[in-house]
Amino acid sequence: MRDFWTIFKQSFLTKAKTKSFVITTLIVVAGIFLMANIATIITKIQDAGVFGGGPEKDTIYVVEENGQLLDPLQQQLNASESGITLKATTKTVDELEQQITDEKIASFLVLELDETETIQATYTSENANAFEQPMKVREALQTVQTNIKANSLELSADEVVQLFSPIQFEQDAVSASSKSEEELSQARGLVYVLIFVIYFAVFYYSNMIATEVATEKSSRVMEIIISSVSPVKHMFAKIAGVGTLGLLQIALFGVAGFIALKTSSSDLTTGVFSFFGFSNVSISTMIFAVLFFLLGYFLYATLAALLGSLVSRTEDVQQLLLPMTFLIIIASFIAFSGLGNPEASYVQIASYFPFFTPLVMFLRVGMLDLPIWEPILGIGILLVSIFILGWFGSRVYRGGVLMYGASQSLKDIKKAMDLGRK
Amino acid sequence: MTLQIEQVTKKFGDFSAVKDLSMTVKQGSMYGFLGANGAGKTTTFRMILGLLDPTEGTITWNGQPISYANSTHIGYLPEERGLYPKMKVEDQLVYLGQLRGMKKNDAKISAHNWLERFEVPHYANKKVEELSKGNQQKIQVIASVIHKPSLIILDEPFSGLDPVNVEMLKKAIMDIQKDGATIVFSSHRMDHVEELCEQLCIMHHGEAIVRGSLREVKRGFGRQNVRLKADFDLSFLSQIEGVDSFKPSIEGGVFQISEERTAHELLRTALTKGEIRYFAIEEPSLQDIFIEKVGKEHA
Repeated sequence: MRDFWTIFKQSFLTKAKTKSFVITTLIVVAGIFLMANIATIITKIQDAGVFGGGPEKDTIYVVEENGQLLDPLQQQLNASESGITLKATTKTVDELEQQITDEKIASFLVLELDETETIQATYTSENANAFEQPMKVREALQTVQTNIKANSLELSADEVVQLFSPIQFEQDAVSASSKSEEELSQARGLVYVLIFVIYFAVFYYSNMIATEVATEKSSRVMEIIISSVSPVKHMFAKIAGVGTLGLLQIALFGVAGFIALKTSSSDLTTGVFSFFGFSNVSISTMIFAVLFFLLGYFLYATLAALLGSLVSRTEDVQQLLLPMTFLIIIASFIAFSGLGNPEASYVQIASYFPFFTPLVMFLRVGMLDLPIWEPILGIGILLVSIFILGWFGSRVYRGGVLMYGASQSLKDIKKAMDLGRK
Repeated sequence: MTLQIEQVTKKFGDFSAVKDLSMTVKQGSMYGFLGANGAGKTTTFRMILGLLDPTEGTITWNGQPISYANSTHIGYLPEERGLYPKMKVEDQLVYLGQLRGMKKNDAKISAHNWLERFEVPHYANKKVEELSKGNQQKIQVIASVIHKPSLIILDEPFSGLDPVNVEMLKKAIMDIQKDGATIVFSSHRMDHVEELCEQLCIMHHGEAIVRGSLREVKRGFGRQNVRLKADFDLSFLSQIEGVDSFKPSIEGGVFQISEERTAHELLRTALTKGEIRYFAIEEPSLQDIFIEKVGKEHA
């Protein structure tokens, strides 16, 4: 057991002390803080006028012959807190277009009330990408139009309200496991982020394992190590060491993210954060995320160690890892596509296939109210697979680390096992 | 504390890497392994270390099979140099020492003593990749003996070292042996084996074609050279029974004989003819034996 801890500590510390690891971690932490405060930073920069001011975006110039629509529209825009100011102008359309091109004004509006008392409006801005402002103007104009029509029909204000009273529409689902649409979209953001984290972490750290093993083999230090301790012990101590490092790194990012969000001025309930459902982090989802990361990591890291033990040169690692890479990419495809429809039958089936379980079962657990036996069954299958792969991997590993030569195909697994049988 | 190899055969599929190998290495002795590349030396070493199991036969150390339970008593220097290139020398030695069951502090002290002994204490904080090949080899040797093993297996310990360092290493190996360790080593350099080993074996295609003490091996080679110098023609002596061949030279000639008594017969007969200025029975060198036994098949 002491050997185990010696190897564990060695693989943990040497990796943790590498420059690349420290720098990557710092960059990501810095990135998290930057992301959390990006809105504030951009506002600050705009306030400072770094972008040279430009035309006043919230002012719309209005061309109208008799000026009867300007005031009601402005009232309506104020009422909806749009922050848009209208300014009447007597300039011609051509002149205004030239001013937009010269970046003196941002947009203008041509208003006209035709004989049927219908509003004809044309909104002009530099390009057609403007989306929010014309929509607000259009909504305000629609209300103005409604009032004009109501007036001409001699309807009272109450009658207008009745006419436009909204219906009550709610979506309900029969399936016991499904969450309400509101819950679903709240869960989606968090699950999306966590699936990505699990996917990335499992991929990154199992790659690290394979490279480590191949490096030790190519530098031939492996031969000394396995003459001191059993290859199986060496393999699992290494996997555990790097896994702990991974967990620590992710925890570090988590804490950094938490502090960044708490200290940033951004409100978690609005904007991008509400989309990710961060205002409503479910504890069970987080626990499942850690659990599935660990299980997924152990499964893939064992496979990676097995494959890494077959190559003699570090350059060949990626090639041999290709099948594993495909597996995890397919799993992520299923998981990401399942975000939109977590109850699809292919998602359900895939969640029990051990190589997909860490991502796909996590998706289902996060998105749906699954009966508890489903994730437990998935975890059970995963555990059994880890043990089988661990047993199989240690056989291959034992022989693989002794094999040198141009070995770089999966056929070598059999050769390694023959050698590993001793 | 004897290393006992009994009728060991190792097969990889249909290929036999080692065939019916038996040998005994007594405690405190030094055993030399000779053989061309691919002769089965490394496979034998791996079996001794317990990395591979023999297909047939048994290997025991001190009466017990070698496993990870007693790996702390064994030191190993692999043929290909194996160290972490990016790790500092001291950290590396301490780590490898710990894996051989040492306490961290003991490993540190031992590492420093050894670095001192090999006159490289200033490398303790250097990365292995920064050292020259010869110095890396010294570190490699330290890694194999740092934990005071009682059985040391050295696969080509002298390769890549300059003559000064070879002498330093030879002396260190002999000191370790004097402390009671049993040492098995392989080399391509016959002179090293002749100088260091009481016992040796020559492997060829997985078989020990020659084995025993240096004396036995030389005797067992079955041929000796008799060098005679005289002022008269010696060619008539080649008629004597037991003389395999005769090579005349300016001063006399060399007779190759199979049995020692032929040498005495040669001397007696020659003396009847006249005065003999020089008479010597020369042992074949290990080099001769190796080339004779192994080289012929190569040619």
